[in-house]
Amino acid sequence: MPLDSKIPSGPMAMKWSKHKQDSKLINPKNKRKYTVLVVGSGLAGSSAAATLSELGYQVKCFCFQDSARRAHSIAAQGGINAAKNYQNDGDSVHRLFYDTVKGGDFRAREANVHRLAEVSVNIIDQCVAQGVPFAREYGGGLANRSFGGAQVSRTFYARGQTGQQLLLGAYSALNKEINRGGVKMYPRTEMLDVVVIDGHAKGIITRDLVTGKIEAHAGDAVLLCTGGYGNVFYLSTNAMGCNVTATWRAHKKGAYFANPCYTQIHPTCIPVSGDYQSKLTLMSESLRNDGRVWVPKNAADCGKPPHQIPEEARDYYLERKYPSFGNLAPRDISSRAAKEACDDGRGVGPGGRGVYLDFAESIQQFGQKTIAERYGNLFDMYERITGESAYKQPMRIYPAVHYTMGGLWVDYNLMSNLPGLHVLGEANFSDHGANRLGASALMQGLADGYFVIPTTIAPYLVTQKPGSITTEHPEFKKALEESRARTHRFLNNKGKRSVDSFHRELGLLVWDKCGMARDKAGLTEALKRIPELREEFWQNVLVPGSGEAANPELEKAGRVADFMEFAELLCQDALHREESCGGHFRTEHQYPDGEARRDDENFCYAAAWEYTGNLAKPTLNKEPLNFEEVHLAVRSYK
Amino acid sequence: MSLLNLHLKVWRQNRGQPGHFQDIEAKDIPDHASFLEMMDIVNERLIQAGQEPVAFDHDCREGICGMCSMQINGIPHGPEKATTTCQLHMRKFRTGDTIWIEPFRATAFPVIKDLMVDRGAFDRIQQAGGFVTVRTGAAPDANAILIGKEVADAAMDAAACIGCGACVAACKNASAMLFVSAKAGQLNSLPQGQPEKDRRTLAMVRQMDKEGFGNCTNQYECEASCPKEISVRWITKLNRDYAAAAMKEAFVGRQESSDGGE
Repeated sequence: MPLDSKIPSGPMAMKWSKHKQDSKLINPKNKRKYTVLVVGSGLAGSSAAATLSELGYQVKCFCFQDSARRAHSIAAQGGINAAKNYQNDGDSVHRLFYDTVKGGDFRAREANVHRLAEVSVNIIDQCVAQGVPFAREYGGGLANRSFGGAQVSRTFYARGQTGQQLLLGAYSALNKEINRGGVKMYPRTEMLDVVVIDGHAKGIITRDLVTGKIEAHAGDAVLLCTGGYGNVFYLSTNAMGCNVTATWRAHKKGAYFANPCYTQIHPTCIPVSGDYQSKLTLMSESLRNDGRVWVPKNAADCGKPPHQIPEEARDYYLERKYPSFGNLAPRDISSRAAKEACDDGRGVGPGGRGVYLDFAESIQQFGQKTIAERYGNLFDMYERITGESAYKQPMRIYPAVHYTMGGLWVDYNLMSNLPGLHVLGEANFSDHGANRLGASALMQGLADGYFVIPTTIAPYLVTQKPGSITTEHPEFKKALEESRARTHRFLNNKGKRSVDSFHRELGLLVWDKCGMARDKAGLTEALKRIPELREEFWQNVLVPGSGEAANPELEKAGRVADFMEFAELLCQDALHREESCGGHFRTEHQYPDGEARRDDENFCYAAAWEYTGNLAKPTLNKEPLNFEEVHLAVRSYK
Repeated sequence: MSLLNLHLKVWRQNRGQPGHFQDIEAKDIPDHASFLEMMDIVNERLIQAGQEPVAFDHDCREGICGMCSMQINGIPHGPEKATTTCQLHMRKFRTGDTIWIEPFRATAFPVIKDLMVDRGAFDRIQQAGGFVTVRTGAAPDANAILIGKEVADAAMDAAACIGCGACVAACKNASAMLFVSAKAGQLNSLPQGQPEKDRRTLAMVRQMDKEGFGNCTNQYECEASCPKEISVRWITKLNRDYAAAAMKEAFVGRQESSDGGE
């Protein structure tokens, strides 16, 4: 099927204005007749649900956590970008647009990115009006800081918890609408499936995680705001509950999954300490402003305490390889360099998978007090987790899976190829290309929810007769039966292995073969192993407890079953993309100095995969990426 | 890294039924593991032994989502100051220790299963008034509202609350005053929150009472157990704001809803 991205015509800077002008409107009296189902309550979901309700639509919002406020957007530390140019340092909508397209290694859709940059300024206004306590200067104006991949200070922040504060803002807007009666909220409710009727997404199947009740919900449109799939790697900086189920179920019902191989590995996380490890914790990228990254020059020194390794025996490899960016090289490049050092046998800490991030020089230069003022909370967190003080010895860090750029394919209206199914935030694919810049995930989630979907959902809804489908439709009955049967199958499988043991095994495999560096042989092997593991999972998984009550093991089983299928598509996409770009590094495709080699002639497209009923043979649909404004160039950070 | 042998006394309960403590021997627990990773290990063994694992709430495991709870040896989130259960590590315990693990206990937080409780009351309090009524798109330029750094920093102190409910669990009266005062206080301190200040304060406090939380008797256990170190000074502010709003209401009469006008 040809993909129609529905990018508006006209000059780049005018596309969004023109599109808003051209988009159909729905009479206020008619809006209330439409029901919109919003799955997920993070930045994208909460902001979309609140804003659509303000406009008059009837909204139902679902989240698996016990409160909308706990969605994983809450954990973002750094900040949110906006082209306000409050610093008078030459920022503009165009510059933010340009930085984001370049940062994404020329694999994002230009028109979407430009719109993102345009609405970035409105987001900050909105958040401030809600009472989000951004950092301020003494004069009362907003403070900014700079962040990776940009030469201007355009990042707004709220201590080290910008994500929490923005989400609390969106959550308060959602609460306002719940109070008014426009939104009905369903916490502790997990989506199990999408219901498709006559080719349109018209509802969802959910499970109440307290009572176990499986229910159907009908709507005139469905919005998936369900985040990324980083937990396919088992260990990641994602929350434990983050999963691919909503997007994967939609994919199996016909929605295309685009660019799953674009996964972001964050360079500064606390390393794995043992096989009981359940998640990885990010240490803010800002630490690299004052820390120096090194490993011993000689593998023989790795077991020694760091202070016994003299200066001349240390390899400050980022400073050596990237003299102009040094310790501030972009995320993908820093991550790969750490991996190379460890692969070379020079990693430190348990299992040799760690590098030092050393603050000794900065402490000597600025004093411990200054360093504590800058990073005290991070040093405390590091000490709580590792039992080591980074004031006295270097931190140990290692890259970890952090964000996923791929997601369901959407057009300019954020609608997937499955009519009625809209996808927002990290769950879609469109804005970050092959690599996301710091402080732009929060921006995208809120842009989609507050400012894009309220306009772009109307062109679909006007074509639909509101409330025309109810849960009495036979497709709902069928979907309910399928979900119940699946639950029944898990609980009666009586296997021998826990869900977690399978998840861990899958994660190790995917991390090993489709992590920071990938090659044909490894991916081919993974594609052989994944179906075997999936087979064993269904034969041998053990899910205790009942379906009629809270049962966390049952919840995990459903999520891991979907990861088992999704992992195959992830590796297929990585195998097919015979180039290196952003977070996707194929060792066969690099320059002699080890930098990523893109192939614009053959791969300048979004790969949108279609489910065919056979997991081994998905169909590839291509959306060519045309760059009108930004010229394709090699990203260099030397 | 060393290994710990621990005696756990874990609360087990099904919804609507009486609960009990179960004795569980947790052997060979790595001291680098987090408390929740210790629970993972215990659960894996229970599953292998054909028993149902212990249900507990958790999500981000980095101390910000507020989903994890647990009363550990009688203290919400355990013994370490300013630390959530997910950030507590086993090196804070010694081999041979007995650890009592219970759910957060409060009438307003009914037990769902084992260590999971329903904290929906917190959501309902915020739905009652914990917001600024501003429509998307109706905001002035962000720098049109100047806010002194001290005011912004104080609001941020209150906004750091993660809504975990430790304050309620720590209080002998199961009072939610620290939570409500932080949430109301953030908005009541800022210029954006002024127009609705009285309405917000009354609505949130009344919803809090309706949910069955107890009264504050100034014991400050809440502050001591708060993983984000929210100060009880916010309770003082809430009391002040409430008194002023209630007084105005008594003299002027209840404010009618201003929306609609039909």
